[in-house]
Amino acid sequence: MKRVLTLLVVSLLASGVALAQTGADAGFWAGLPDPLRLTILTTAQVVGVTVVLILCVAYMTLAERKIIGYIQNRIGPNRVGFKGLLQPFADVFKLLFKEVVVPTNSSRFLFIIAPLLSIIPTFAPWTVMPISDSFVLADIDAGLLYVLALTSMGVYGVILAGWATNSKYALLGAMRSAAQIVAYEIAMGFALVGVLMAAGSLNLGDIILAQQGGVLNWFWLWLAPLFVIYFISGVAETNRAPFDVAEGESEIVAGFHVEYSGVAFAVFFLAEYANMILIAALTAIFFLGGWLSPFEGLLGADSFLGQPSFFWFALKTSFFLFCFLWFRATFPRYRYDQIMRLGWKVFIPITIVWIAVEGVFVWNKVGPWSHLATAGS
Amino acid sequence: MLQNYLPVLIFLGIAGGLGIVLLALGFLFGSGGKDAEKLSPYECGFEAFEDSRMKFDVRYYLVAILFIIFDLEIAFLFPWAVSLDSIGGFGLLAMGLFLGVLVVGFIYEWKKGALEWD
Repeated sequence: MKRVLTLLVVSLLASGVALAQTGADAGFWAGLPDPLRLTILTTAQVVGVTVVLILCVAYMTLAERKIIGYIQNRIGPNRVGFKGLLQPFADVFKLLFKEVVVPTNSSRFLFIIAPLLSIIPTFAPWTVMPISDSFVLADIDAGLLYVLALTSMGVYGVILAGWATNSKYALLGAMRSAAQIVAYEIAMGFALVGVLMAAGSLNLGDIILAQQGGVLNWFWLWLAPLFVIYFISGVAETNRAPFDVAEGESEIVAGFHVEYSGVAFAVFFLAEYANMILIAALTAIFFLGGWLSPFEGLLGADSFLGQPSFFWFALKTSFFLFCFLWFRATFPRYRYDQIMRLGWKVFIPITIVWIAVEGVFVWNKVGPWSHLATAGS
Repeated sequence: MLQNYLPVLIFLGIAGGLGIVLLALGFLFGSGGKDAEKLSPYECGFEAFEDSRMKFDVRYYLVAILFIIFDLEIAFLFPWAVSLDSIGGFGLLAMGLFLGVLVVGFIYEWKKGALEWD
């Protein structure tokens, strides 16, 4: 086994070196037709983002176990690698060598396609995410619409998994999850309408640019109720504690992925964590100014802390990710009717009211909309 | 213009490919034999009683209907929100009317108990 792995690593390295040499051979590279070169470059970027994202997910799982461990006065995993830093890889390899059980009663094809349907919508939105002030894979004007469309697709993976498994726990979990995601998606959508009214663009980069001018210009202040509702709905949308009735291990064992084992389970796991990172990043972009620096105008634009950069985006995203874990360690699970009541009877009315209030703000050109009066648009 | 959308397509492909590769690796390396007990659905040690694809509560149906109405509403709100500063007071009043009608419907549903869950 060890020899095979060594061989694999060596051959990978060799092919990498070979590739680098062909890359250095400018004649070959320049000889390629333009569209092909563009495609290769873009694919390389996409693969890069995906790899970083997978690493983030890996260390998110470790962070979760460590942070919740310390909150509960335990140490958490600390054996694999220095202080447990290699734990995620140990987990991945363990899952890789586990059997993927496909239950007899299940619909085989749907059973296998379901994890795919849940992982694609959690990774693909990163195409339009403005990761730093100079890097975004696709700078398209319909960015937000694309993100919204994809995140709505996520529910299909869950429903299909629950249905295809043909187990009662799985079906119950899937139904709960679907009704919950659907309820909170409306609150989320309304909160986003508020953001759009403030930013006037569907392009995520433009939404960040609309928040320029220091901490007080970020949307969290003027859209405070929407900010809170968006993030809480995001937690509900990802089926995380305290809204994790879809998994509810004490009632329906694991909900929709009860019969998934080995790598098939890992794919669901990957999707769930990638989804958390996505929601955290979106909240940072919509309400905390994404890659904008909080010291804008206070510190010089050439100092590290004063300039917009990936650092700030990562910091804000990490903060929200920490909140996910913090909630999980702090709150007991909601009852299902409480979840539905919160979604339908609290969040939706508040968001509708705030959209009306914001409309009046825009009309009278107060607050962040005062520049409209001078812009004369 | 359309070139901007190329990464979208590639990312969708890579994300799908990632899932497929992982699952393929799982089926390739996964160990263990199959037997009837292992492959039967988990039901706390009991034999599975019957087909689990049962009829479920009509409440889920109501939630789905409500969802469609509100999601459509959001779809209408999006273009309005983006162009708000150019359509001004008239646009605001028109949307106020539209939202008002839906809010009346929402209140009706609420009073009728469509949002109760017990």
